[in-house]
Amino acid sequence: MKLELRGITKRFGSLVANDHIDLTVEAGEIHALLGENGAGKSTLMNVLYGLYQADDGEVLLDDEVQHFAGPGDAMAAGIGMVHQHFMLIPVFTVAENVMLGNESTKALGRLDLAAARAKVAEISSRFGFHVDPDTLVEDLPVGVQQRVEIIKALSRDARVLVFDEPTAVLTPQETDELMGMMRQLKESGTSIVFITHKLREVREVADRITVIRLGKVVGEAAPTASNAELASLMVGRAVELTVQKQEPTLGDDALVVEHLTVVDPIGQLVVNDVGFTVRRGEILAVAGVQGNGQTELTEALLGLQHRVQGSIMLDGTELIGERVRTVLESGVGFVPEDRNEDGLVGEFTIAENLMLDRSEAPPFVRFGNLQRGALADFARKMVEEFDIRTQGIDEYVQNLSGGNQQKVVLARELSRDLRLLVAAQPTRGVDVGSIEFIHKRIVAARDAGVPVVVVSTELDEVAALADRIMVMYRGRIVGIVPGDTPRDVLGLMMAGETPAEGAAA
Amino acid sequence: MTTTAERPQLSPGATSLDTTVVTSWKAPIAFGIFTLIALGLAVFAPRAGDTTYRWSQESDVIQVPDLVVPAQQALWAVVALLAVATLSSILRVRSKRRIPLWLVVVFAILFMFGFLTWAGAGSSLPMIGLLFGSLSLAVPLIFGSLAGVIGERAGVVNIAIEGQLLAGAFTAAVVASVTGQPWLGLIAAMVAGMLVGMVLAVFSIKYFVDQIIVGVVLNVLVTGLTSFFFSQVLAPNAATLNTPPRFDRFPIPLLGDIPIIGPVFFRQTVIVYLMYIAVALVFFGLFYTRWGLRLRAVGEHPQAADTVGINVNRTRFWNVALAGAIAGLGGTFYTIGSGIAFNKEMTAGAGFIALAAVIFGQWDPIKATLAALLFGFASNLQNTLSVIGSPVPSEFMLMLPYVVTIFAVAGFVGRSRAPAADGKPYIKS
Amino acid sequence: MSDPTEPRGDASAGGDLDPDVAIEEPGAIAPDPAPSRGAPSKPVDDDVPPPSKWHTMLRQIATGNALISVLSVVLALLVGAIMIAFTDERVQETAGYFFARPGDMLFAVWDSVAGAYTALFQGSVYNFRRDTFAAGIRPLTETLTFATPLIAGGLGVALAFRVGMFNIGGRGQMLIAASIAGWIGFAVDLPWGLHMLVALIGGLVGGAIWAAIAGVLKARTGAHEVIVTIMLNYVAFYLVSWMLRTPGLLQAPGSSNPKTPAMKDSAIFPGLLDWLAPGYNLHFGFVIALAATVLVWWILSRSSLGFKFRAVGINPNAARVAGINVKGMYVYAMLISGALLGLAGVNQVLGTVTTGFTAGIDAGIGFDAITVALLGRSTPWGTFAAGILFGAFKAGGFSMQAAEGVPIEIVLVVQSLIVLFIAAPPLVRTIFGLPDPSAKPKRRKSAKEVAK
Repeated sequence: MKLELRGITKRFGSLVANDHIDLTVEAGEIHALLGENGAGKSTLMNVLYGLYQADDGEVLLDDEVQHFAGPGDAMAAGIGMVHQHFMLIPVFTVAENVMLGNESTKALGRLDLAAARAKVAEISSRFGFHVDPDTLVEDLPVGVQQRVEIIKALSRDARVLVFDEPTAVLTPQETDELMGMMRQLKESGTSIVFITHKLREVREVADRITVIRLGKVVGEAAPTASNAELASLMVGRAVELTVQKQEPTLGDDALVVEHLTVVDPIGQLVVNDVGFTVRRGEILAVAGVQGNGQTELTEALLGLQHRVQGSIMLDGTELIGERVRTVLESGVGFVPEDRNEDGLVGEFTIAENLMLDRSEAPPFVRFGNLQRGALADFARKMVEEFDIRTQGIDEYVQNLSGGNQQKVVLARELSRDLRLLVAAQPTRGVDVGSIEFIHKRIVAARDAGVPVVVVSTELDEVAALADRIMVMYRGRIVGIVPGDTPRDVLGLMMAGETPAEGAAA
Repeated sequence: MTTTAERPQLSPGATSLDTTVVTSWKAPIAFGIFTLIALGLAVFAPRAGDTTYRWSQESDVIQVPDLVVPAQQALWAVVALLAVATLSSILRVRSKRRIPLWLVVVFAILFMFGFLTWAGAGSSLPMIGLLFGSLSLAVPLIFGSLAGVIGERAGVVNIAIEGQLLAGAFTAAVVASVTGQPWLGLIAAMVAGMLVGMVLAVFSIKYFVDQIIVGVVLNVLVTGLTSFFFSQVLAPNAATLNTPPRFDRFPIPLLGDIPIIGPVFFRQTVIVYLMYIAVALVFFGLFYTRWGLRLRAVGEHPQAADTVGINVNRTRFWNVALAGAIAGLGGTFYTIGSGIAFNKEMTAGAGFIALAAVIFGQWDPIKATLAALLFGFASNLQNTLSVIGSPVPSEFMLMLPYVVTIFAVAGFVGRSRAPAADGKPYIKS
Repeated sequence: MSDPTEPRGDASAGGDLDPDVAIEEPGAIAPDPAPSRGAPSKPVDDDVPPPSKWHTMLRQIATGNALISVLSVVLALLVGAIMIAFTDERVQETAGYFFARPGDMLFAVWDSVAGAYTALFQGSVYNFRRDTFAAGIRPLTETLTFATPLIAGGLGVALAFRVGMFNIGGRGQMLIAASIAGWIGFAVDLPWGLHMLVALIGGLVGGAIWAAIAGVLKARTGAHEVIVTIMLNYVAFYLVSWMLRTPGLLQAPGSSNPKTPAMKDSAIFPGLLDWLAPGYNLHFGFVIALAATVLVWWILSRSSLGFKFRAVGINPNAARVAGINVKGMYVYAMLISGALLGLAGVNQVLGTVTTGFTAGIDAGIGFDAITVALLGRSTPWGTFAAGILFGAFKAGGFSMQAAEGVPIEIVLVVQSLIVLFIAAPPLVRTIFGLPDPSAKPKRRKSAKEVAK
């Protein structure tokens, strides 16, 4: 089925998320939609899928204008979507998820689960894998959940399939399998829109590439284009993909982790017997696919996890069993993975957020009283130093852009006397300009002699920052390798394969 | 360095992490407390005489013989058994095994038996009356908890159950009095409850006002409205407006003659039979029909439901309205169900107990019904014991359901998981 | 830093680098981001109790404006007027021949509504029928007397709100506090002043501990405080009922009624206006409530504790990551909240009803306090003002009932409607045809508001 978008415009208040976007996807074509985080790709696809109503423009399928009041209409017209955040109900079975919204029933209105099971079996066998239709979705690994999403779309006879950032949660190997599946779908005549910001994937699988920046189409490219060409189209200028940094000046062992195990509430060993050492003036990057224990590892370092065994020694002091406040006061800086959830209080001002983890003692609190003057001075200084773009220090942080929010977190943490910096996904959802700034500050902290642990799922970031790389898989360490380890080796490690002998550092 | 040698398996089922068992000391602690209470009764308040459990009424066709137990000996036996159960729970937790549900149930029944035997020493307990009354008192609670289950499964916390019961009781009384038709009163009560539900739905779904707060305020509003109209209109015209006819008891042939079960369950009014039907329908509907699947979907993950073409807010609205109608139906128990005139605030907090039953019952219609029955039992036990002269002050018996609920929500009874999007408004784009 | 070659036509000069991020990140706008990034959904950890879900409500209330509040009151009074007119006998009579003589009915409507609301005003603010100013102003002092426990209780509920907790347990906390303060008040002999102080402190501690049960259970087991506090209301009620009918505990000696003896004079709050003329009920409790308002203002706006309270109230996860003891805050908040509701209870037994009390001593104030806090937008001075407004409704409601025969319950209706309307500004705007000031909900809040 041929899909055409003509002049799609979508505004949110004064903000134009999509500005007269034209896009044509021929039948049986894999069309990549490439753009930075926040370029407007997902908005466009949500318009296509009927989740948003366009302010202007029209959607055509096989040259017929469509009017979608909601996703139901879009699906009926043959559009399917594999969402970035899976739209699956965790406590439902695979079959229930697949049938939801499209249920067939038997006498007395009973659900016809047998039919749904058969459909799951039929579609999954077409692609040569097996999914048990009676498993609860929450019990499935991420890669399989994504297949359920695909089955769900195909069970409604989708002829145009949209994949929204599908590889973010996959191992390289799973990514390859997904690409295979996309090609297979293409063979059978399904049109595919593939949304991503990862250049390698685009060049591997796409037939045509459309690049979007700041809500506008800025160009088309062939899959033969080079990474540099695509990147500059995407960002609007030549991009410095690596951070300038000196060789590390290594000091003593500062952070020594041994036999660290973290158990989650249902008894899974999410971090399983992990041990590593970080020296002063060194960046250890923790790489791995999302959900392999990195989050829990950083939380354990800060004292946020409770069922923890083993040892975390910082400059000779045991941190396990200490309260979060004690850990922070002993000089640990922490940039959490999800700043909106864990790093910032949205309806606090910038100033208030800057004192969030120093609400006990001078300079901001004396005798239980807030020192508002001291806080305001400090906040102005930080806004200046960290180039936080804002109306003033009394602006709510929730009104800042992602990059500026992250700078507030970074300013707060780096302005303390640090003996360890733990930064989880420091540039997620951050614009390219801020990424460079944040990377520079992290490297500056390292050069000042602070040991740094950076967790990232983006290999670009790992490569840019790491002095050494530790790869995690299913809660365990696969290996610790030098910072210049080639990507393909890292990719294999992220899928759980041990590196070649002698690579461990 | 720890490494895995084998290639990763990508087929489902093989990717689960290593696990260990997480255990909690809550259950042994709770067991211990109750064992000590029983021990305290046996040691400090020993009771002489026998306790007689009467299982039949004189009118019954088939008579079941009474059960007579010597109170003090029985209590000691119960204490011993409770101690064994506590010990076994401690050992289980020690060895990292979970406490099975049957142990909790057996423990509770044993404790109840011990307590009843102790309290009824020297007299006889009319078990049929006790159970019959428990069921009756539980009727509005069960309707209320069904309303709560439907609302919360759809993602809307329904604290306004109290108001819906009260509105139902009021409307039923007035309409039935005016028309002389209890059935019309029943329908009117459902409409009234539905209206309260719709107000809750409009404010929480359209205006995103916090559902708990709308619920609380609605309770005040309905209390104010019904009390105002009661004082201003009903009281001066009680003969025409507030003398509701009642539903008569309607024994079901055959079923009503079964020993014990018959007189308790099948010699009731039509409202109770409607309750059986409602419980069955809600249970079946929730888990086996399209309605239930969609209802649960919008309560668990509204965005996912939206992306498959389900109108989340419309689904929520109508189900909250439906829940209101069910609670309104429960309100009829107070007036036309018992033949009593309406009075100010006559539901006396039943809506909140129904809410507790919802949580106690882990958002499951059957379990919530059982929890409501438990509360009905506790209230009626107090009535029964005060008749035979209980050694426990009646206030402490009346307290029991509330204390039990606190234990339940504190997790001593097992973990429960609310619908994921319960209480959260769905705001599109 | 920003891309200089691509100036955005509509971007404000602020230099928002990537405004789109805010659109595509669900967390930035919607309060309900999609659960975990598809990862095998993370089981809910029992370690940190989930925040209460009333945040949205607080936001709604905090972002309304004064006009909406006034219009809400007007609207609620209008509904009350309709109810009064509708149930008035004269109106019903004249409605029978409305088409023959419509004037009669309109006059009857006016008569009933104006009569009721005049009585309401004269019972709560100033009675023009009295000769002297001192006598005329007496209703206002009555209003303040009724307002005193509402303010204290409202502050308790408001403070808990700001920490993300909903304390519906005011009734139980008041009953426990009243029992302890009352028992000290009638059973203990102490010198004047000290007696009052000891009784007051006893009551505050009682209320605090009763509320802290809910706080501790929430912190340690995740039990939802709404359920626990509701249940504790009943437990307290039956406990106090039992004590009231048990000789040697609270029951008056030689009496068979479930009622305590009268308070000793040394424990009773002194009257504030006794110098003016006898018969004024306003007492020292009002001064304590005023002091409590200042204290709560200081805690919330100026203290380190309040900073942590507010952080936990808005985003408990971030607070926890920042080293704030979230569970501890839940317990502290409930302690203070319970003490404030306890103050309301103490005020009842030592100030308002000093002749001995029954299990109905809370007089529904525990629930009224919720509406007071909501109307006051959970700010200390807003709550103070709302307490006085509701105090006026109460004082006036009684005289309205006495003078015009309008049942006092109309006040409940008006109060609950006010809160409902205030919580839903769009509804009020629609009714009055006002423009919507916030096309973009995100920008609705003024940045200054939080600095209070």
